[in-house]
Amino acid sequence: MHDITLYVNGIPREVSVPARRLLSDCLRHDLGLTGTHVGCEHGVCGACTVLLDGEPVRSCLTFAVTVAGREITTVEGLATDGRPSPVQRAFAECHGLQCGFCTPGFLCTTTAFLRENPAPTEEEVLEGISGNLCRCTGYQNIIKSVHRAAELLAEEPT
Amino acid sequence: MSTPMGFGRMHRKEDARFIRGRGNYVDDVNLPGMLHGAILRSPHAHARIVSVDTSAALAHPKVRAVITGETLAGLNLAWMPTLSADTQAVLATDKVRFQGQEVAFVVAEDRYSARDALELIDVEYEALDSVIDAKKSLDEDAPLIRDDHEGRADNKIFDWEAGDRAATDALFERAEVTVAQDMLYPRVHPAPLETCGAVADFDKVTGKLTVWCPTQAPHAHRTLYALVAGLPEHKIRVISPDIGGGFGNKVGIYPGYVCAIVGSIVTGKPVKWMEDRSENLMSTSFARDYHMRGEVAATRDGKIQAIRVKVLADHGAFNGTAQPTKFPAGFFGVFTGSYDLQAAHCEVTGVYTNKAPGGVAYACSFRITEAVYLVERMIDVLALELGVDAAELRMKNLLRSEQFPYTSPTGWEYDSGDYQKTLQLAMDMAGYDALRREQAEKRERGELMGIGLSFFTEAVGAGPRKHMDILGLGMADGAELRVHPTGKAVLRVSCQSQGQGHETTFAQIVAAELGISPDDVDVVHGDTDQTPFGLGTYGSRSTPVSGAAAAMVSRKVRERARQVASAMLEASPEDLEWTVSESGGSWTVSGTGVGKTIQEIALAAHSNLELPDGVEGHLDATCVYNPPNLTYPFGAYICVVDVDPGTGQVKVRRFIAVDDCGVRINPMIVEGQVHGGLADGVGMALMQLMAFDEDGNHLGASFMDYLLPTAMECPSWELGETVTPSPHHPIGAKGVGESATVGSPPAVVNAVLDALRPYGVRHADMPLTPAAVWRAIQGNPIRTDLAIT
Amino acid sequence: MQVPASFEFERAESVEHALELLERYGPEARLVAGGHSLIPMMKLRLAQPDALIDINGLAELSHLKVTGDTLVIGALVRHAALLADEAVGAYFPIFHEAERVIADPVVRNRGTVGGSLCQADPSEDLSAAFAAVRAEAVIAGPGGRRTVPIREFHVGPYETVVGPGEMLIELRVRIRPGAGSAYEKVERRVGDWPVAAAGAYLRLDGGVIAEVGLGLTAVGAEHFAAPFAEAYLIGKTAGEAVLREGARIAADGCAPQADQRGPVDYKRHLAGELTYRALSRAAERSGS
Repeated sequence: MHDITLYVNGIPREVSVPARRLLSDCLRHDLGLTGTHVGCEHGVCGACTVLLDGEPVRSCLTFAVTVAGREITTVEGLATDGRPSPVQRAFAECHGLQCGFCTPGFLCTTTAFLRENPAPTEEEVLEGISGNLCRCTGYQNIIKSVHRAAELLAEEPT
Repeated sequence: MSTPMGFGRMHRKEDARFIRGRGNYVDDVNLPGMLHGAILRSPHAHARIVSVDTSAALAHPKVRAVITGETLAGLNLAWMPTLSADTQAVLATDKVRFQGQEVAFVVAEDRYSARDALELIDVEYEALDSVIDAKKSLDEDAPLIRDDHEGRADNKIFDWEAGDRAATDALFERAEVTVAQDMLYPRVHPAPLETCGAVADFDKVTGKLTVWCPTQAPHAHRTLYALVAGLPEHKIRVISPDIGGGFGNKVGIYPGYVCAIVGSIVTGKPVKWMEDRSENLMSTSFARDYHMRGEVAATRDGKIQAIRVKVLADHGAFNGTAQPTKFPAGFFGVFTGSYDLQAAHCEVTGVYTNKAPGGVAYACSFRITEAVYLVERMIDVLALELGVDAAELRMKNLLRSEQFPYTSPTGWEYDSGDYQKTLQLAMDMAGYDALRREQAEKRERGELMGIGLSFFTEAVGAGPRKHMDILGLGMADGAELRVHPTGKAVLRVSCQSQGQGHETTFAQIVAAELGISPDDVDVVHGDTDQTPFGLGTYGSRSTPVSGAAAAMVSRKVRERARQVASAMLEASPEDLEWTVSESGGSWTVSGTGVGKTIQEIALAAHSNLELPDGVEGHLDATCVYNPPNLTYPFGAYICVVDVDPGTGQVKVRRFIAVDDCGVRINPMIVEGQVHGGLADGVGMALMQLMAFDEDGNHLGASFMDYLLPTAMECPSWELGETVTPSPHHPIGAKGVGESATVGSPPAVVNAVLDALRPYGVRHADMPLTPAAVWRAIQGNPIRTDLAIT
Repeated sequence: MQVPASFEFERAESVEHALELLERYGPEARLVAGGHSLIPMMKLRLAQPDALIDINGLAELSHLKVTGDTLVIGALVRHAALLADEAVGAYFPIFHEAERVIADPVVRNRGTVGGSLCQADPSEDLSAAFAAVRAEAVIAGPGGRRTVPIREFHVGPYETVVGPGEMLIELRVRIRPGAGSAYEKVERRVGDWPVAAAGAYLRLDGGVIAEVGLGLTAVGAEHFAAPFAEAYLIGKTAGEAVLREGARIAADGCAPQADQRGPVDYKRHLAGELTYRALSRAAERSGS
């Protein structure tokens, strides 16, 4: 067993985990943050995407012990003082979700993507979200959501 | 976007929790003392079980129970009924019949230990020859798969036919032109992003069984558990929490659910079983797998006279399709499509193979995906034969609006349609003539561009009691509506959202009938303790059936409100008229401005107001809606592709989709449903396939092999609409959940084949991967369902 | 349920420490960097290492720089970093073109160049790209460091010359001014392994091919290269017929296997077609 500290959504969380504990399981079951979802367990679908020091990664292909001491942001950490972030609001505004299962992954990917590229072209958005699968929306409204989020982020001071 | 008082675009009420990651899916359920289950699965497609040794697993310090087929046989639960009145093994006893079949169930203190314990179960198998190719399943020497059926001699499940064989054959004999084409609708899988699973909690003290399960039909599950497990039904509660996509994958009862229930009973603790993606792809309900031969008889000037179809249906090792009882091939009978025919006939033979059970799933509307693919491909084959434009041929043969209600040659009564208008709109939006000119220019330069059409009619909203039931349960849905004293309402429905937005659209239905804001209507669904009986959500039936129930129950409440208002206003009920203004609905004395709002009426209904004899207080109602008919949404789709002849790669450039689903409750949600289904079309046409090698090894058990489209494969969807209300539906709506999944694959396939016309390619099967396209160009097409050798 | 078997876990503090740990835990120990090849295999229990040695913290392996006339790529350089680096894009567009079609942007944040090469998947895009540019691999072991030409690095599917107690340190690629390069890949879907892919590295001198490197992947080309095609092309004027013939020879030298991505005839055809396209574009990019 390894005693590690993960900084999750700004809060230091101490857990005692075996080396093989996946970050996705650690977040969901050891820390009770069930917003991060597991869709395929082999790193393709993106439902498990969280931010590691601000960069989107597959939590289902990460052992918790390898990210000890690092900053992890999950969907639960995107809102500020209970108010959903511009990215979250954009998705709701543009009907960028249906069953909601892929949504936390998309929100994390989009949050990081727009930080890197605040005014993306259509093609850049498609490539930026190509690592996240959705079965419900056919992507069109997700793409709209990303563009709308860019607008909201530009309008609102951080 | 402001909130309409009824139909119209409005944001979804359910999104508040989803964007925060506060959805409650089955794997999020966490109960005190909860244990975890894992399933040991067969590595063989067909093998006798010689022995099962669980002693090492039982010795694992974290293991609480190990259940085998033998354990279940002792409880008479080793086999369970399927939705097609066959039986399916819960845990194998005598043989395993598909790779991935469930053999043993471990219950352990944590998930990781459960997985470790699987390695400790020792199963000895004696491998048998397997049947993988459906075309060989009825050969003389084919191994018998269902030897558990007494007296069975072969692998045939059923023979079914529809239509008039004699009249059809006669037309073919006389016809000026006939064309025939073999085509495969390959085995695919819905692959919702959330896999299947369950948390079962049997309380020994109260005798109550609670099952959390992402089921599309919670009440049907409850009743089946009662019938099969012998548990009293009033002591069973099925809770379907948020579902991460259903698409027909979550209709049936899977062995894992039964094992979790048994595990809970045996250990006295809640047991959670969640499958992983490989298990989902290997063992849960696949879709399609129809080997079809279509034939069309027509006049030389392009009037279609008859269609004839033969189908070989691969059902896997157990017949687990969800079908209304009298329809073993589902609604395949609508293969006559949207066209005016004189006669038609089809034969469907269902067979067993050593593959996972299923067949009806993935938004197929009970096999309508297969029927539409067949007829829309045949139209293009005929167009090629006659040398005419595919759009023109369709326009010439589409049913005319005066023909509705139309009874098809196979007995289906189409409710309403104005097909030509819809097709014309799609063509106008696409700029069809300009596209054909562009194609001609490109062809001169050797560039491959294709334009593909699909015109589909669906039959959804199952269904009228006298024609349809599933395992004897009629397909009528109940609804309950209560308006509280302060004018807020709660609607309880039996159908089960998996992302379709019912919490919003059903609130809008009530809002439209009662003149209140949808924000004032709460929609309760998914918990069998809290909701009336109904057959669930699949086959696009929510709006046609439960939506109708919601409208009807709201009207009952509105009528009760009239009675109460008449008491309040001391006017006769006949003198009151219902008016809806910006501030809401009210019953007003005709010709005066005097009336009572629904909120005032609600309060009064709960007050000490004296009510006339026969008028009950409060403002509640229930109803059960038995649909008089199915509804028939339709649409016209046009797909434009560019193909690289050097590599066979296909790029979907444009996709125009005009849908007619009758009255639209929330256009934003309708569009979202269509977008999703169109992506399915691109996926199925170009990349999705569950393939097997000749030993029955499943080759599509991960998302690295079973490919799903990303945003990069999808073009911008260009949507249009026409509105032809359903005459028999209370709000004129028809349902749209599966339309795009049904209509889009033939549009994409027709487009690719149109692009390959210069090479004389008449047909190639899905998925049209680069390899398949290139081989088609070479004149040497690939058979896609078996592994490429 | 995809959960790995248990294993010991150590975090390496330096290359030396990593080598020490490899020695201590023996041949059943594995290094883990990005983990996006190894961890899926562990979750399926196809790989069951006794110990994992985490090298993610080794800054000394993350360098990416041009030193003199050599591009040096540390083994721990993430795919995303290689893709984002301007110098890499300027000198070796082949790397950018290959990286763009490897997996997806999120996986590229974690997967490493070294990890991919050491995984030695017969369909690995980077293996072809590095073969085309004739890189050198620097390997560290108990006896010190050794340099291996990339065309000797891979010895078979999932097999490299990195021994049990060794680790890959960096890749070195000589920059040849005036050279052009390109990468062509066919995949069934974005992010998929290639059905076939080809990379070409070409330096023209007055229209004549002075240097050429061809890397192919997913088609059974030995050491991911096409030496016979290269031999044919050297000294010839880079016109269409010549490039087509070179591509044909490259395709001939492949040994593709049929699988779900495609049958043999198609893959062989693609090997030729993509080699031709890569050569053409590399030629266009070449200085003179």
